[in-house]
Amino acid sequence: MNERRTETLVVTLVTFTNLFIAFFISGVVIWALGEDPWFALKTLLYGAFGYDEALGYTLYYTTNFIFTGLAFAIGFHCGLFNIGAEGQAYIGGLAVGLICLWLENWPLWLVFPLAVSASIIFGGIWGAIPGYLKGKRGSHEVVTTIMFNFIASVIMVDLLSHVLRPDGQMSPESRDFAERVWVPQMHEIFEWFGIQITQTPLNGTFFFALLCLILVWRFIWYTRWGYEIRTVGTNDTAAVYAGISVSRNIILAMALCGGLAGFVGINEIMGSSHRIMLNFQAGIGFTGIAVSLIGRNHPLGILLAALLFGILYQGGAELSFEVQAIDRHLVVLIQGLVILFAGALEHLFRPQIEQFVRIITNVEKTEQAVSPTVNN
Amino acid sequence: MTSLAIELTEINKNFGEVCANKNVSLKIESGTIHGIIGENGAGKSTLMSILYGFYQADSGEIAVKEKPTVIRSAHDAILAGIGMVHQHFMLIDTFTVLENVVLGTETGFSLKESMQASARELRRIEKDYHLEVDINAVINTLPVGLQQRVEILKALYRGAEILILDEPTGVLTPQEADHLFRILDELREQGKTVIFITHKLREIMAITDNVSVMRQGEMVAHRSTSQTNREELAELMVGRKVLLRVEKAPAKTGRMELKVEHLNVTDDSGVHRVKDVCFEVHSGEIVGIAGVSGNGQSELMDVITGIKPLQNGQIQINDETITPALSADAAAMRRFGMAHVPEDRQRRGLVTSFSANENIILGYHKDPAYNGFIEMDRNAIIQSCKKQMKHFDVRPGNPFLRTSLFSGGNQQKLVVARELERDPSLLVVGQPTRGVDIGAIEFIHRQIIAMRDAGKAVLLISVELDEILSLSDRILVMFDGQIMGEILAKDANEREIGLLMAGVRKEAA
Amino acid sequence: MWTDIIVILDATFRISVPFILAAMGGIFAERSGVIDFGLEGKMLGGAFVAATVAHWTQSAWLGLLGAIGIGIVFSMMHGYASVTKRGNQVVSCVAINIFAMGLTVVLANAWFHMGGQTPQLPKGARFLPIELPFADALSEVPIIGDIYSKLISGHSVLVYIAFLAVPFTAWVVFKSSFGLRLRATGENPLAVDTTGISVNKTRYQALILNGILGGMSGAYLSTAHLAFFVKDMSAGKGYLALAAMIVGKWRPYPAMFACLLFSILFATKDKYQHEMQIMMQGIVPAHLLNSFLEMSPYILTVVFLAGFVGKAVAPKAIGQPFSKEK
Repeated sequence: MNERRTETLVVTLVTFTNLFIAFFISGVVIWALGEDPWFALKTLLYGAFGYDEALGYTLYYTTNFIFTGLAFAIGFHCGLFNIGAEGQAYIGGLAVGLICLWLENWPLWLVFPLAVSASIIFGGIWGAIPGYLKGKRGSHEVVTTIMFNFIASVIMVDLLSHVLRPDGQMSPESRDFAERVWVPQMHEIFEWFGIQITQTPLNGTFFFALLCLILVWRFIWYTRWGYEIRTVGTNDTAAVYAGISVSRNIILAMALCGGLAGFVGINEIMGSSHRIMLNFQAGIGFTGIAVSLIGRNHPLGILLAALLFGILYQGGAELSFEVQAIDRHLVVLIQGLVILFAGALEHLFRPQIEQFVRIITNVEKTEQAVSPTVNN
Repeated sequence: MTSLAIELTEINKNFGEVCANKNVSLKIESGTIHGIIGENGAGKSTLMSILYGFYQADSGEIAVKEKPTVIRSAHDAILAGIGMVHQHFMLIDTFTVLENVVLGTETGFSLKESMQASARELRRIEKDYHLEVDINAVINTLPVGLQQRVEILKALYRGAEILILDEPTGVLTPQEADHLFRILDELREQGKTVIFITHKLREIMAITDNVSVMRQGEMVAHRSTSQTNREELAELMVGRKVLLRVEKAPAKTGRMELKVEHLNVTDDSGVHRVKDVCFEVHSGEIVGIAGVSGNGQSELMDVITGIKPLQNGQIQINDETITPALSADAAAMRRFGMAHVPEDRQRRGLVTSFSANENIILGYHKDPAYNGFIEMDRNAIIQSCKKQMKHFDVRPGNPFLRTSLFSGGNQQKLVVARELERDPSLLVVGQPTRGVDIGAIEFIHRQIIAMRDAGKAVLLISVELDEILSLSDRILVMFDGQIMGEILAKDANEREIGLLMAGVRKEAA
Repeated sequence: MWTDIIVILDATFRISVPFILAAMGGIFAERSGVIDFGLEGKMLGGAFVAATVAHWTQSAWLGLLGAIGIGIVFSMMHGYASVTKRGNQVVSCVAINIFAMGLTVVLANAWFHMGGQTPQLPKGARFLPIELPFADALSEVPIIGDIYSKLISGHSVLVYIAFLAVPFTAWVVFKSSFGLRLRATGENPLAVDTTGISVNKTRYQALILNGILGGMSGAYLSTAHLAFFVKDMSAGKGYLALAAMIVGKWRPYPAMFACLLFSILFATKDKYQHEMQIMMQGIVPAHLLNSFLEMSPYILTVVFLAGFVGKAVAPKAIGQPFSKEK
């Protein structure tokens, strides 16, 4: 077993241990509330997978978390802690909505790329401003991105209650988009191939999310731009030495974060609600932090972690419906624990796990060493 | 038989796989100055850190004043009467001398009372040992020599009978070092025991009563200083005969490759670091910049290599002229034919968590040879990495290995390989052998001389005077941001350079 | 005009309490070299626990004690992750903030079923304004009487505690032996270790003070400013306090003034929103003005952090876990 495989094994075990602790503590909270954690787990899993519709919702949420998970990961590779995906998704979603409202007579194959671009630009700018402040002025991105979440929220309330709200409508929402520009629902896509599935909010954006995973993976590890971002993120003095501009890469990374976060709007607004709504992004941005950290900021890990949180969201909603005492904010609590154990305390059990892995690999080695003599 | 101040028996210490101290035993007599000499990484500092409670030994025993003593922390060491002056001073820059001395010995909740009592005590110690420092001065306003004095005061204030000095002369001019030696003499006369750690033979011969030699984590010899000589100690240190000078042919200088005119650098906190520096480097010569660390060499190097923007003055490299209006970053400097081996490979020259092949492209990652249209050409990078590792004898020659897992010497060879492989016309190199073993030092020195002999220009910046003397053709001495003087290497002697390093100009001397 | 000033300053003082308490807590942690972006979580946790305990025991003081307790629990979690285990301090803070967001709502809903709110506290179970002696008698005296009876008197005890916390913090940080160690630890922990002081112990001590102050800031929100806890009630105040601390260059008095600046913004908005709308009528639509006022504290925070108000120099060793091993 070579060094890389050992490392992968250690990392996987560490990740699962950390997840286990986070879930164990959540179980204790459920137990303390006087409920049965086992029953809660079963209800949650049934709620997430038990029937077609549930699975559709689970994957629908997964789509969101892929975007915000990637939005956090790119920043993390650049040494940034982007907790502003919330606001970036909000503003990016606004752009998606505006394009859909404006160009609703255009065909989808034109509107979709335009909506994607608009979301990149708006979300990107919303990320790039804190990036600029970090790169050029040294303001810590954690505080500035949080502030930009609040600012985005005020702007959206203002726009939705006064500018985009059609006359005579009470709720602060835009009007519906024309059906022409909706992203096809998953059941429609399956119908093209003659397969019948239950109708859920799950839509074509899911495939776009998978594409983003692959693009980000290639970008970070296989392009010179990704190389520059990783260099800045791991050792910024070495970056300066290499002639890599630290501030430019920070701004670029934050803009990419914002752009990716903005795609939440494609899934939520263009794919599901078909109008701009208040707080459509609520909580999705923060979940991205946990998703990325537990996925070790790697697209494959993010895919799995996004699925995990999709399950928790959908299953959690079902659970809070079934069991009155358990609120759906339990998933927020779990996020906090996951960030704590997968992020800040990631090395808590690492020494023990490393030792454990060393013992297994040694066993393997001795077996390999022994086997030839047996053959002879 | 005199009494023993310190007795270490069979000390072992491992850092992961690395064995830093192996069965080390050592006896130090009371009232003597005892030198411990060894190369970088021989385990001297680790041993002293164990004695001072900074690290715990894996096994072994410590006796202080002939009593077995357990030292788990600096606190225990201080109680046992041990004081230590670290290589990098352990002072709070923004505190006053008094505050630094008091820190950790305060009594009561309010600071005021303990401060007044301490001020009196400190003044008494200053007088007793002739170690005058203004006790209300803020540390970062004091010159390095005085900061070191504060460190000694700190130890004495805590009642140290045994004083450990770890590479104390690294930051001093030869003259300042002599002054320190007089202080140490004084301490010895007053009955203190001094443990003096260094890798410089000259200092061992000048000041110590006894000397112990360490090599690769082991204690290899103990000698009475009067009964040994430099050659023997050098051989003991390295384990084989060493040439104390590098062989090289006379320089054949050619065209001008680098010209620095009226360069001034002011740092972020507004301190004027480099003052009106002018010099030239020609092809086929090595120009060495000597000076005590912190006299503007690093800042000068940063500007020449494009790491910091040029503020004023002018730099000419090959046919390119760089002015404050037309500044060039590190990438541009590379394009102009400059290679740069930085002073600090861990922080600057490498991204230690990257693999070797990712580090071999650092700074050259935009090279078309390494890039496709969108993605990088992994194959080309790995092939190039393998080739360079072979060429520069980097071990192990595995391009996928994480860089932090290479030894210091091999890391440095990796940096040198990357920078020399591209056939630059000008090489700027800072502290090329810091923290590197003798084998790698010799290899790197040969590479630098080979560059020169191939007709390249080399600018060498080093705080190791021996390195400057043995490699350079011309020597510039820097003090307080200025070039104090220029000396041809063949006419140079240590005393003259030492005076320049201390800011004393030729005319005045 | 005079009465307006008094009214605005009075409101400013009330609003500034959570900022000041949290900022002082932040100073202790960060002066010791531990980043504290977790003030928000401590404030939120403190608010919830104070309201809940006060509701159960009908005692605001026990509520305050509970809030201090949760503040310390959170700061010890942070200490364990970032001091003992040397984890990433920023990640640990964000984890605590999100954990607090989830925990408070989950518990509030499980216990009270009011959509993330706790029951309204009766008068006896919250901190009420205190009339200082002679406030009534002096109120007729011009200027001084107004200042004393309307501005200084008539606040809840937590307001006075907050304003006493500032000189207290200043004295501890700059004039006490503990303060000397605290500042040294934040500047150069390695040096501190060589003098025989435990870096980690100093950091934990600082974090306990930090937890106490952070929890108290939350208690003020739910048992003095309002009389119940509501979901997400800290609304970024912990981060604003942090920004105030940074602008104040980690010094208590300047940090307090930065907190007051934030508070005056809130107070002016509350008081003059209507007048400003009338004034700007026809120039700026009312909703735009409102939105702008709404986001002004957040914008001010960004401006503060961008260093447009003087360059901030943080304690040198901030955010660096202390480790002796190579």
